[in-house]
Amino acid sequence: MRNQIIQILNEIRPEFDFATENNFITQGLLDSFDLITLVTDLDEKFDISIDGTDILPENFESIESIESLIRKNGTKK
Amino acid sequence: MLSILPSNEVMFEDEMHNYSFSEAKSLKLKSAMGFRAKRVVSDERTTGFDLVTSGLDYLFEHGLLDKNSIDAVLFVSQSPEYIMPPTSNLIHGKYGLGERVYCLDINQGCAGFIVGLQQSFLLLNNPGINRVLLCNADVLSPKVSKYDRNSNPLIGDAAAITIVDNTTEPTTIVGEIRMDGTGAMALNIPAGGARMPISDSTSELYEDSFGNKRSKNHLVMQGDNVFNFVQTQVPAQIKKILESSGDNVETIDHFLFHQPNRFMLQKLADKIGVSRDKLPSNVVENFGNSSGVTIPVVTTYNLGEQLKNSEFKVCFSGFGVGLAWGTIILKVGKLDFCKLIYH
Repeated sequence: MRNQIIQILNEIRPEFDFATENNFITQGLLDSFDLITLVTDLDEKFDISIDGTDILPENFESIESIESLIRKNGTKK
Repeated sequence: MLSILPSNEVMFEDEMHNYSFSEAKSLKLKSAMGFRAKRVVSDERTTGFDLVTSGLDYLFEHGLLDKNSIDAVLFVSQSPEYIMPPTSNLIHGKYGLGERVYCLDINQGCAGFIVGLQQSFLLLNNPGINRVLLCNADVLSPKVSKYDRNSNPLIGDAAAITIVDNTTEPTTIVGEIRMDGTGAMALNIPAGGARMPISDSTSELYEDSFGNKRSKNHLVMQGDNVFNFVQTQVPAQIKKILESSGDNVETIDHFLFHQPNRFMLQKLADKIGVSRDKLPSNVVENFGNSSGVTIPVVTTYNLGEQLKNSEFKVCFSGFGVGLAWGTIILKVGKLDFCKLIYH
């Protein structure tokens, strides 16, 4: 799952190395429109629908927090 | 119900170069948000009043409305013709309506159709008022910076005329409107009102932290705040109103919601447990987000012919500017007219 998330992030913002970074929102690596693209891609990749109330900056600050979010929203992959 | 859209169509790709983002990123956003085309006035001198009166001329010329049957005129808009007088009075004067015809302007945005509908119902409780002309109109494109990726791709212009009549047939209408003024500035236009008149300094462009350029004369949308508000408040209100009316998502034929963007609506549909077919989200990609007019636009665009011949149980819901959110469940159908025309 980790590598899949990194691949999606790198496609959205190829100028950053998400494998080595943290604090994606706080550090400005992702903005609110990037989150929309990210959520759309994660929904499709993991066959889930991330709850709209979970689309909060703190849930997208790191690979680990994104993994937690995906599991919370019921991925079977 | 009649929707009036500008005939001028602007494609997303034609304006992409205005945004300080890569083409690849803009196209990804286009796909997620449902941007494709919008309808905006080609001449900034075309106003909401012009779109509404264009619609009224159409109705009168085609014998679909008798002006002597109108008992009240409501004009719901955030882009009035003038600061003074009310636009509803201008409509009254243009068509020579009688002195007994009541006029009222309502300054509401995204929830404007719901607010207007509720006010129509309240007016119909008065003796002598049997027909309300509910006009929703917004021409906000002149108030949006073409360099603002947050709002320029999605803001469209439109107007709608809904005839709301009294009936002697028993019918049940269940609804609720809520307000939260603490979030009022989540969607705002700083200059142009009494607090900050337009000046040379308000007209200067500035760049925000995301590379969007706008002036204080332009619309500002705090996307994160609005998104979270909608995702939290609207599903709870829908659930409450469904319970109050003794319905569930299966007994409602159509969910006709304000159209902010496709992403937000699809998340709402998933949260409420409604199939995306029953909650159309195709207005922004074809016409843009015209604030309080999007509910009539989504209705006439998707159900025009059907609503002339059949009756459905619908759930209207509008949410946004104010912050305001309102939901009404009622039966709608067998309409004399329900269509979309171009000005």
